[in-house]
Amino acid sequence: MSNLAWIFLSTLLVNNFTLAMFLGLCSFFGVTSKIDTAWRLGAANTFVLLITAVSVWLLNTFVLARTPFLRTIAFIVVIASTVQIVEMIIKKYLPVLFRELGIYLPLITTNCAILGLALFQTSRGYTLVEGLVFALGAGLGLTLALTLMASIRERLEVADVPALARRMGLVLVIASCLSMAFMGFAGMGGG
Amino acid sequence: MTATAPAPAANQPFVPGAPPPAPLWLDLWRGVALDNPVLVQMLGLCPAMAVSNSLANGIAMGIATTFVLVGSSFSVSLARKYIANEVRLTSYILIIATFVTVADLILGASAPGISKELGPFVPLIVVNCIILGRAEAFAGKVEPARALADGIGMGAGFTLAMMAISAARELLGSGSLLGYNVLGPKFEPWVFMVMPPGGFLMLGILFLIMGWHGARKAERAKETQA
Repeated sequence: MSNLAWIFLSTLLVNNFTLAMFLGLCSFFGVTSKIDTAWRLGAANTFVLLITAVSVWLLNTFVLARTPFLRTIAFIVVIASTVQIVEMIIKKYLPVLFRELGIYLPLITTNCAILGLALFQTSRGYTLVEGLVFALGAGLGLTLALTLMASIRERLEVADVPALARRMGLVLVIASCLSMAFMGFAGMGGG
Repeated sequence: MTATAPAPAANQPFVPGAPPPAPLWLDLWRGVALDNPVLVQMLGLCPAMAVSNSLANGIAMGIATTFVLVGSSFSVSLARKYIANEVRLTSYILIIATFVTVADLILGASAPGISKELGPFVPLIVVNCIILGRAEAFAGKVEPARALADGIGMGAGFTLAMMAISAARELLGSGSLLGYNVLGPKFEPWVFMVMPPGGFLMLGILFLIMGWHGARKAERAKETQA
């Protein structure tokens, strides 16, 4: 049990996917101008991450044990189809949410956090339950980072910023500060 | 994410700021400088920060990405007439994933140390926005020679940006370059620079410098006009 709690906390805070491992930066910088969109995208990502964790476990256990060289190709195909299925399900049963997410839903395919999760899960040899906890921690960590960034950037809208820092420069420096804050969690839990 | 929204007519290459029948050297040069994937288009930022903590890693990542970019751009361009429009993104991703697997295996066999250090970031080249972006915006619409030139140019541009970022981070973070001590024993290394926040900060500083440079250039152009 403590092992599971440790996996969850370490992916949520210590090794936060976005701020410590540089995964999923495209959406981190691309869609964090509004809090609402940010946390909804985070939720969609978490959902896809959970499904990916299960699919990757199935793949690793039953298919890829004999053909490890197909790993990258198999993972990306599974992720692309998962996102497609999730998109269809949401479109059918939750049309309101579908409209709110818009283009960000299909773009989850090219979010490196998803493929990153699949690869880390494989290289660390997680079991199904461990993988699910890992995915949950990663998804919530992603949501946390997106929401934090979006709330700072919403404030920034009304701030008086020098012209040359108005684009990516300042956002990256803020990301650096956030990342520094998250480094305060390093060493938590004795590891 | 790439800005691929308004796709031009099928045979017209997407060339921002240049007339369609461009010479090959321009295709090459655009990737290196005018439209540098990292510094101007802001694509592929994940690897640019994640594996730029030492110059050796940066160079290895740059070369691996260039290999995949050149291979996939060329193949996509060769196959562009046979790929149905509805399944083009899936086909591109499959082509890219194939080249990434090749690159991963070659790197693992020829430089196992670096391969271990880069870890999952080599297979993660699959989702590097630069590669899919070039396949979608350029290689899928032009003849193979131009796609090849564009792939080499973009790859070189990415490698140069990676080298700049990783050299600065290694120099400040460990006082060395490629593992050789440069700044001498008296230099107190800024460990911060080789840790994750340093990556964000380094790229932020680079963007600030680029913005400052651009603003100054625009101002000068205005002065000469007046």
